[in-house]
Amino acid sequence: MTRFGKPLVFVLAIAPFGWLVFRGFTNRLSVNPIEDITLTTGIWALRLLLASLAITPLRRITGWNQVIQYRRMLGLFAFFYASVHLLTYVVLDQGLAFEFILPDIVKRPYITAGMTAFVLMVPLALTSTKGWIRRLGRKWQLLHRLVYLSAIAACFHFLWKVKVAIGEPVYYAAALTLLLVFRILWRLRPTPGRQVVQRPASPA
Amino acid sequence: MLLKRNPDVRASEITPEPWYLRRREFMQLAGSAFAAAAMPFGQTPLSGFKPKVVTTDEALNTFEQITSYNNFYEFGLGKDDPQRYAGKLKTSPWKVKIDGLCAKPADYLLEDLIKPFQLEERIYRLRCVEAWSMVIPWLGIPLSSILKRAEPTAKATFVEFTTLLRPSEMMGQTEASLNWPYVEGLRMDEAMHPLTIMAVGLYGKTLMNQNGAPIRLVVPWKYGFKSIKSVVRIRFVDKQPRTAWNDANPTEYGFYSNVNPQVDHPRWTQARERRIGELLRRPTLMFNGYGDQVASLYSGMDLKRFY
Repeated sequence: MTRFGKPLVFVLAIAPFGWLVFRGFTNRLSVNPIEDITLTTGIWALRLLLASLAITPLRRITGWNQVIQYRRMLGLFAFFYASVHLLTYVVLDQGLAFEFILPDIVKRPYITAGMTAFVLMVPLALTSTKGWIRRLGRKWQLLHRLVYLSAIAACFHFLWKVKVAIGEPVYYAAALTLLLVFRILWRLRPTPGRQVVQRPASPA
Repeated sequence: MLLKRNPDVRASEITPEPWYLRRREFMQLAGSAFAAAAMPFGQTPLSGFKPKVVTTDEALNTFEQITSYNNFYEFGLGKDDPQRYAGKLKTSPWKVKIDGLCAKPADYLLEDLIKPFQLEERIYRLRCVEAWSMVIPWLGIPLSSILKRAEPTAKATFVEFTTLLRPSEMMGQTEASLNWPYVEGLRMDEAMHPLTIMAVGLYGKTLMNQNGAPIRLVVPWKYGFKSIKSVVRIRFVDKQPRTAWNDANPTEYGFYSNVNPQVDHPRWTQARERRIGELLRRPTLMFNGYGDQVASLYSGMDLKRFY
């Protein structure tokens, strides 16, 4: 598992991109291919971001500690898809028309949220190497909590983008809520060191 | 007349000679065309129509583009959902009720509704509120012909349209995406405008279900969602009717919804659009390029307020 686990996760995570490229070169995209590329890379960025956030709860619940080794790869793939998503918007969709792109980022809440989600991922991707983890020490943990904000922004980006907020965007927001609530509950759990004081049984 | 002033129409295109010479043949075929339209799937060729009554020199979008990329939430939210699921809809027999403030309300079978009129080909730009567009060769009849036959009373100031409600065949209607059935409306003068048509065909054949078969409205100077599909009722009313998208999100979708590059959708710009099949976005034209014909309908109106 350890030997084949990482290559397997790598292949699974890059497969949607491979499929997209294949469809592109074999004329299998819709009649609005730019939209296909935008939507596919966007949804996979969000899926992988949520997958990376699911690692810790999965580990806590199942006790499968080795699963942590996949977290960085999932996070980096989320960043990869988000980068392609943003580049598609800037280059293919908007044709580098910055006189439209910049006002969009400021004026359109869904684009502001999307940009926020992306910008917050940049320092996380840059400091994902072993060297940076060592150098930052305890601060690394703190810095990487930005991922929560990034994921929240990403979910709002999706919710605010659609014309009617039912179905997919709501499911992803619900999944993120679940993952965050798990973390809160985990923090609040009674631990051996922090016993809940039992009320003495009243005399019968 | 307004249509004759259309600079896009060349005189030679109005009635080409070969069509004129074969007119008797077409008259015969026209009668049978709608009887044949009763077939459950695919399209039936239509004939006897006046070609290119309104046209443009822009390239047409292909049949594949027009029939594979649709917003028709009755069949799902995805652009490919209508193509995938609309086949289930039975469009024959099809009745259209015309009622409300008029002297001659009636329930028509589709064939009877269309029969008295000459089908016309209208090549229109279609601009979706989502900032994409196409050029589409519709076949249809002016809505005004249908409306006049019902003899609307002087009190009728608006026209309301309703789409079929049949969740068993329109699976999207089982979801709460919009308040079903889909309803739309036009002001009387918009409805009577010569550019406004009820389309029954596309590329010389009956409509595909995903495009709103068997009969749909086409109002080329308004965002696409105003052009309601699969219509079963046309009603004359004296108040501005409720409309589906305005209901769902009143700040984003107004009653008028004229194509207007100066009034942005709250979430995206309407200044540019992507013509399906083109890479770079192109500027959006006021009233979708039909300003010469329709701007006068709105003179004196603040189009930012009445978006």
